[in-house]
Amino acid sequence: MKNIHVSTTVNGDEVEFVCPPNETLLDALRDRVGLKGAKEGCGTGDCGACTVEMNGEIVCSCLILGAEAQDAEIKTVEGMSTGDALHALQQSFIDNAALQCGICTPGILVAAKTLLERNPDPSETEIRYWLAGNLCRCTGYDKIIKAVQVAAADMRGA
Amino acid sequence: MVTVALWGSLRDLADGREEVEVEASNFKELLDTLQRDYPALGPQIKRGVSVAIDGRVYRNSWFTEIRPDSEVVLMPYMKGG
Amino acid sequence: MNFPAKTKTDFKVVGTRVARPDGVDKVTGRALYGADFSVPGMLTGRVLRSPHAHARIKAIDISAAEALAGVKAVITSDDFDVPEDDFLRDVQDNCIARGKALYHGHAVAAVAAKDAETARAALKLIKVDYEVLPHVTDVDAAMAADAPVVQEGRADESVPEGCGPNVTNFHEFGHGDLEAGFTKADLILERSFKTEATHQGYIEPHACLATMADGRGDLWCCTQGQFFVRELCAGIMGMEASQLRVTASEIGGGFGGKTTVFIEPLALALSRKSNRPVKIVMTRDEVFRATGPTVSSSTDVKIGMTKDGRITAGDAQLRYQGGAFPCQTVSFGAQAAFAAYDLEAVRTQGWNALANRPKEAAYRAPGAPVAIYAVESVVDELCQELGLDPMEVRLKNAARDGTKASYGPTFDQIGLVATLEAAQAHPHYTAPLGENQGRGISCGFWFNFGGNTCVSLNLNNDGTVGITEGNPDIGGSRASISMMAAEELGIPYDKVRTVITDTNSLGHNDVTDGSRVTFAVGLATIEAARAAIQVMCRRVAKIWGIDEEAVYWEDGYAKPSGPNAGNFDPMSIAEIAAIASETGGPIAGHHEVNAEGAGVSFGVHLADVEVDPETGATKVVRYTVFQDAGKAVHPDYVEGQMQGGSVQGIGWALNEEYIYGEDGKLQNDGFLDYRVPVASDLPMIDTVILEIPNPGHPYGVRGVGETSIVPPLAALSNAVSRAAGIRLHELPMSPPKILKAMMSKG
Repeated sequence: MKNIHVSTTVNGDEVEFVCPPNETLLDALRDRVGLKGAKEGCGTGDCGACTVEMNGEIVCSCLILGAEAQDAEIKTVEGMSTGDALHALQQSFIDNAALQCGICTPGILVAAKTLLERNPDPSETEIRYWLAGNLCRCTGYDKIIKAVQVAAADMRGA
Repeated sequence: MVTVALWGSLRDLADGREEVEVEASNFKELLDTLQRDYPALGPQIKRGVSVAIDGRVYRNSWFTEIRPDSEVVLMPYMKGG
Repeated sequence: MNFPAKTKTDFKVVGTRVARPDGVDKVTGRALYGADFSVPGMLTGRVLRSPHAHARIKAIDISAAEALAGVKAVITSDDFDVPEDDFLRDVQDNCIARGKALYHGHAVAAVAAKDAETARAALKLIKVDYEVLPHVTDVDAAMAADAPVVQEGRADESVPEGCGPNVTNFHEFGHGDLEAGFTKADLILERSFKTEATHQGYIEPHACLATMADGRGDLWCCTQGQFFVRELCAGIMGMEASQLRVTASEIGGGFGGKTTVFIEPLALALSRKSNRPVKIVMTRDEVFRATGPTVSSSTDVKIGMTKDGRITAGDAQLRYQGGAFPCQTVSFGAQAAFAAYDLEAVRTQGWNALANRPKEAAYRAPGAPVAIYAVESVVDELCQELGLDPMEVRLKNAARDGTKASYGPTFDQIGLVATLEAAQAHPHYTAPLGENQGRGISCGFWFNFGGNTCVSLNLNNDGTVGITEGNPDIGGSRASISMMAAEELGIPYDKVRTVITDTNSLGHNDVTDGSRVTFAVGLATIEAARAAIQVMCRRVAKIWGIDEEAVYWEDGYAKPSGPNAGNFDPMSIAEIAAIASETGGPIAGHHEVNAEGAGVSFGVHLADVEVDPETGATKVVRYTVFQDAGKAVHPDYVEGQMQGGSVQGIGWALNEEYIYGEDGKLQNDGFLDYRVPVASDLPMIDTVILEIPNPGHPYGVRGVGETSIVPPLAALSNAVSRAAGIRLHELPMSPPKILKAMMSKG
């Protein structure tokens, strides 16, 4: 199999990499672009730990091929903060103790960010269904939901 | 002498007794004396036992003091999640 | 100076909700977990696993795999010596099968290759000649006299005569005259229960990176205990501990499941053979097939009660299977089953049986949830039959200070009654219920551990403090440890930084297990801080030219103890640190201890469920957790443990199970089919923290991590019985089972 040359944009930066045709976007991001924030929890799109944004939609990067990133706009958890200023969601996750082990956190943050971009004032139920594809085994979700609500309120106020 | 309560499945290994009396002033002496007086308890003690002394569970502190009036209960070694 | 002997009650830092030190790294994607670390020249390791539940390995031909271009090493059990120690041999044999594959997914060989693609191709070239053997996966079938024998000769001397060949150990606990107790009862119920195995379900699969060269090793891995990993791996590899350095990565969840090794010895052996660093990352199906899970169980419970709700006697028989190797988990179940009750007559008996399943690994309060589920279900059914309030009955029979516990010792300061009273007084207990809804309650219990712990506390030249400890942080413990150091030193939390170190930098630390870290590492941290304070007071006494005893420490300052001591301006920790060089050199405190006196923990859960009469699906509509935390060091993370454990228990009760086919193969080895609770399944999990100080800790801290997984099983079963008018005696209560029970009731 001949490797494929891919030109893409990751967190606003133009990026090029060469990958085998069957390599996932997750592996390409982690092993070729060097962004380890997205995690592989299952490799089958069930856990959401590898969630990234691709052309404005959240995707499980373990189910996308690296080659599919050609000309795409990819956003990962590494692109959420600006300089040393955390995104409101990131700050809220710390302030509200919404993470324990933290392995699911990057995926949940990316997913929650796209939710708040579409719906700045989601109900608890809307948040729960939006995040239903992101498994967290530590927190029981309670503090995650609260952290998203607090961040949403902050962002509406700002 | 200290009175040591044995858990149920150890009783058959100590002549059917629920409690045995041993001369011991600390955890290590207790285990040594138990093994000497009741050799059948040896394998379990070797695998590991905890000792509850006056309600507090000790896993392997040899020099923990045992007073003659202490409540001493043998328990399986605690290891877990 | 002298430190208070009594439990501290006035706190400045402890009890606040500060930001965790690893927070920014974890929300920005910078934190490095098991799979996130790489080194130059690294190979990819992969593991070949048995497709059979039970099979003799007649031969393994690795020649074709070795010959494949890019393959650097292939190993089987022949690459390891056979340890003499039973425990170590079991750990090794679970990592790689020797002679027989004992369960579907048991490792039989491993390869290291230049990339994952090549490693996968190499696995296909390994030829294993299996002789398939009869298998057994069900616990009751495994107990039987004519069951397929999983391993020969593994019964210890505790096993009574007449048990089946797979029974490895037996435990009995209790006191009092059972027969007399049951005679006093107005109603006796006997019920049998079954529960399926569940998996810890951490989102991070096991991962490690091993480098072996010249007999020296370095291992990076996600684990709950780097020191235990070193002990196991050094034993298996025939190395001295000093030659193997183990560094724990950030850990993406453990819950007990990362307290042993699975792939680490394989990576080390592959590295030794290839002379290259080797990384192994498990896939999720490997995690399900070959790590964790819990025991599955079969239990009989008999309880007698008077008309006014006094329990007269309790008796339980517990049968657990913990996979293909002996395990002692049933002893915890047998000890914990009736722990919440003050009983004159109680007996529990537990048998462990081998089965063709993965070796059980600890999971949050191992053994306790399924035992207490059975007992709490029968207590509830007695309340229903006798028309009694289930909370009143629990209060009437609750274990208290001075109660002789069902497992032997006498409780000292425990918080069960306070916890029950808090639940009874909470608005949740009397809130109205809707149609098809029911409310269940259950008590829970866990012992909590202490154990071997080392802490080193160093005063930096600018007066800030660095703490080195040896227990991986799985729930926010670095924050709690820094808080206790700040409290004791009398300085702000942000002046302290706690790091978790490798095995070369501290003495042995026990695994992060048994809810021990905040208790034991906290205790050692307080003692280390006190040691540093002693040094600082001594230095200041010399500067002032007064007696050491005349200097005391308060709010980050050394102060003269009174007018008689002399009139000196207090010296701050920063001032003392700045001149440390002049007063005798760097200032530090350290403490090494085998911490005892952990103090047990009780909890009470209230669950409201709604059962859909059309589908049998159960929805949790309200949930409140009440738990004694001793002193809650960081309330957010205490609540987090209470919430997280509860939801794992909810999953156990409603969805999660290991499903084996007739062929002995695991049928649901992915998150799609092994369904853990997702955000949309759940309500908010409300929490009420009770603080009944543990006399065994200077701040009164108790472990809080495990108790919360215990009550949900019975709380939900009790709630379902009230919502749907049917009582199930098995878990999980999946919709088809509930629907079937509702339909057969009519």
